[in-house]
Amino acid sequence: MSVETGHPLLSVRNLAMRFGGIQALADVNFDIRQGSISAMIGPNGAGKTTVFNCITGFYRATGGSIHYRSDSHDINLVQVLGEKLHLKDFLNPPRLANRLYYKLFGGSHLVAQAGVARTFQNIRLFREMTAIENLLVAQHMQIIRNPISGVLQTPAFRRSEQDSIDRAHIWLKVVGLDKDANRLAGELPYGHQRRLEIARAMATGPKLICLDEPAAGLNPKETEELSNLIRLLRDQHQVTVLLIEHDMGMVMDVSEHIVVLDHGEIIAEGTPHEIENSPTVLAAYLGEDYSNTVVAPDGTTEESRPQEMISA
Amino acid sequence: MDIYILGQQLLNGLILGSIYGLIAIGYTMVYGIIGMINFAHGDIYMISAYLTAILLSLIFSLGITSLPVVLLLTLFFAMAITGTYGWAIERVAYRPLRGSTRLAPLISAIGMSLVLQSYVQISQGARNQGVPILIKGVLRLGGEEQFVQITYIQILIVIASFIGMAALTYIILRTSLGRQCRATQQDRKMAAILGINTNRIISTVFVIGSSMAALAGVLVTLNYGSFDFYIGFVIGIKAFTAAVLGGIGSLPGAMLGGIVLGMAEGLFSGFVSSDYKDVFAFGLLVLVLVFRPSGLLGKPEIEKV
Amino acid sequence: MPIQQKTSLRKALLDGFWSGILALIIFGPISGLVLKGYEVQNELMRPLLIALSVAVGRFLISYLIQTTKGRYYLGKLVGKRDAGVTVASLTKSKYQHLLIPVLVLAGLSVPLLLGKYWLTVVILALIYVLLGLGLNIVVGLAGMLDLGYVAFYAVGAYTLAMGAQYFELGFWTMLPVAAIGAAMFGAMLGFPVLRMHGDYLAIVTLGFGEIIRLVLNNMLEITGGPNGASAPSPTLFGLEFTRRAKQGGIPFHEYFDIAYSPSYKYIFIYLILFVVVCLMILFVTRLKQMPMGRAWEALREDEIACRSLGINHVTVKLSAFMMGAMVGGIAGVFFATYQGFINPSSFTFFESALILAIVVLGGLGSTVGVIVAALVLTILPEALRDFAEYRVLLFGIAMVLMMVWKPRGLIRIKRKAYELGEPTA
Repeated sequence: MSVETGHPLLSVRNLAMRFGGIQALADVNFDIRQGSISAMIGPNGAGKTTVFNCITGFYRATGGSIHYRSDSHDINLVQVLGEKLHLKDFLNPPRLANRLYYKLFGGSHLVAQAGVARTFQNIRLFREMTAIENLLVAQHMQIIRNPISGVLQTPAFRRSEQDSIDRAHIWLKVVGLDKDANRLAGELPYGHQRRLEIARAMATGPKLICLDEPAAGLNPKETEELSNLIRLLRDQHQVTVLLIEHDMGMVMDVSEHIVVLDHGEIIAEGTPHEIENSPTVLAAYLGEDYSNTVVAPDGTTEESRPQEMISA
Repeated sequence: MDIYILGQQLLNGLILGSIYGLIAIGYTMVYGIIGMINFAHGDIYMISAYLTAILLSLIFSLGITSLPVVLLLTLFFAMAITGTYGWAIERVAYRPLRGSTRLAPLISAIGMSLVLQSYVQISQGARNQGVPILIKGVLRLGGEEQFVQITYIQILIVIASFIGMAALTYIILRTSLGRQCRATQQDRKMAAILGINTNRIISTVFVIGSSMAALAGVLVTLNYGSFDFYIGFVIGIKAFTAAVLGGIGSLPGAMLGGIVLGMAEGLFSGFVSSDYKDVFAFGLLVLVLVFRPSGLLGKPEIEKV
Repeated sequence: MPIQQKTSLRKALLDGFWSGILALIIFGPISGLVLKGYEVQNELMRPLLIALSVAVGRFLISYLIQTTKGRYYLGKLVGKRDAGVTVASLTKSKYQHLLIPVLVLAGLSVPLLLGKYWLTVVILALIYVLLGLGLNIVVGLAGMLDLGYVAFYAVGAYTLAMGAQYFELGFWTMLPVAAIGAAMFGAMLGFPVLRMHGDYLAIVTLGFGEIIRLVLNNMLEITGGPNGASAPSPTLFGLEFTRRAKQGGIPFHEYFDIAYSPSYKYIFIYLILFVVVCLMILFVTRLKQMPMGRAWEALREDEIACRSLGINHVTVKLSAFMMGAMVGGIAGVFFATYQGFINPSSFTFFESALILAIVVLGGLGSTVGVIVAALVLTILPEALRDFAEYRVLLFGIAMVLMMVWKPRGLIRIKRKAYELGEPTA
């Protein structure tokens, strides 16, 4: 497996996030290449989920930008959430209009509409709806939504409904849940719910899918299947994958590019092989003492840590 | 602008505001601890008005006439019985719903509010009720023609509500019970793990909130003299507005919100229109929720994804 | 149960005793001492009886729950606790397609069977069916608690009355105008508040409901204030149902040369209303299986997940709010025309609470449930006039009990099952 040389689909620049007095992220920079499978790792509380929520539009970053460039879109994912108005904006009417527009009509949904889908750490399915209905909801961007044609059941509407049912069926087959189509999502076994959530995210037709700890709570066999599914999504459905995961075996197995976060900063970036052998990563995960004993032979000292942050 | 009218309206606002503040405590504490709007809270206040009249009549029939004794006895029993109401409502209508859907406690609370109103209406009749005027006398500041006036009972309202607030603040900040309340408010699961009986704390909060509403109810009844089974509704919404205005979940916020709302309402009805003063208060609620949902003293919520 | 606890009569007795004492404290003063002027009248038997029954009830529960058999019977009484939602089977029962024509025929023949009084009761019940269906969109499907639903009802009713008063427009013109007007009104109210957190939305809508009522009450010059305003009756192609023509047409009975009867007006209103209700049921049923309706339900289930799928939660909520408002407006027009006269006292918070009770008892989200609940809750009180006093009390108790016992309503909600052939794409 080699890193494909696609152009960067996502460029995160100087991303900063503050909650009250706490600096959760400070100056985060990285790229996600189109068609790659990337992983974000780091100890608990390193800020992975915060980065994730910034990318998928659930947190409005307090600084920096996230540029997303696909064939059809070139947007700043921070801007569409509706930034705070500054005094300067009132001197610049077009910018004010732009900001006001996003303030009124912007929000996380625009991020998803641009082609960024996600799953959640604690599964968020529509529990009292059936599995297939979960997928139908996800396709709302691709079908006829006009309420009048829906009420009158026009032929065009029925065709569009049938198409979406067929597409939902295909996705259910991809994740191996076609038997469960008419079961309530909340009643499915845990592993199935995980896969249904991925199928639902894929049904929105994304360019980038962000998986938040997809292997949490799965047994080794299910994790193996999940890895295969992730590869299949990338290879056959042309989607770029970004995942947060604690299962290192899976991360090393499936991902081509890894970003390591600690204390709200990126401490390393590179291929799985590079990350495995990076002293800073070991230090972050296992503590300074350990890193000293391991790292000492190479002559790397604690002080040099910030300088050798970026490999790759 | 007439300085005396302005002063009078501000004073009226302060009096009204301390009442709102006392009732708002019940909303704000309950919201802080279990995150629900206790719709029946306004009706708790209404119950305390009825209790005032009933207790006064009982105390007089026992031959007690010393005014301070009458007042203290009425206050004590009204607060105790209303507190029991608060406890019972929580036990019957809200506790079984922990961990249920978001809408369930709200709907249950509305049901409880209907139950209380119609229970009082059935037992006491639909007509207006009243109490005799016990405390007479007015304090006037200013000249013969123009003055600002405050009745003694209104002075009592302001003093009593500040004493009530101070006592409550002391309990919350300085006692073990208060610490347990604050811990439960921060993180109910964690508090339970540390051995705090969270159900008991939640009950206590209902009792405290209800007795504060009773304090307000007794004072207002002594002041206005008349009430019916429907009075809890509008004052309930306004007290909730006060709680939101001050920042829901915050005790000093409830009092501050109450006074700000009371004064704003006083000024509005004095200088704009008294027919639309309720419209103004509800309008203010909407504006606060749209532009500053965390209120004057509240902390903004961070959405958990 | 592997461990058989020893049943303790003493514990049960104590439980019963303390519950009784508490009940006495609670019910004693209010229901036992009735205010007569500044005196109280002794009615202490009432709280004693209540307290006694509470004590006995608590004792029985406390005792039964300690025994295996008791738990079994209590369990039977309470029923199985489940989600209350199932998926319909793909195979339809063979009577299903017969059911709807039979119900429609039965509905159309109602005016032949009932006298004028009961006909008016049934009309009112159908108005509540409409209101229930409308509020069900907002509360049951989209999961937003709207406590000021009566505002849209009032807008509909006043649109008809004002339209007739100032522009001399009749029922048929004002029906669509009121529907659109109420929907626009819903959008106006909704847009600023729909971003709010659910509980705040409830209290803000409650405030709006009160604002509307107060404004109607205070704008004496325009609405007539507490004195109210009159509303026109519907006409049949210009034929009027009054004894003498009021709107410039010909009275119905003169045209057909039959004796005048005040029932004709109600029969006519009933028939139009029945058709509107049927159309509304069809409309709501189809909405549920459309992208819009699915988005509403998804939003009720999980707003954050919806946003992650690119659903604009504000516009989706707004569409539900407007749709609900529209149905409320239509119901308001029928209410005004049926009463012939409206004033703000018909649009109090109690009305909103009653409509909410219908939706809650019918099971949030279930169309059939809402229809049944609306019919039962409006017709039953008429049949049991002696208990009219207790109506509100019983509604309140029912709402609390439903939330504690069966939050999803008495009727199970059935979701549509989709047939999956081999995909053609």
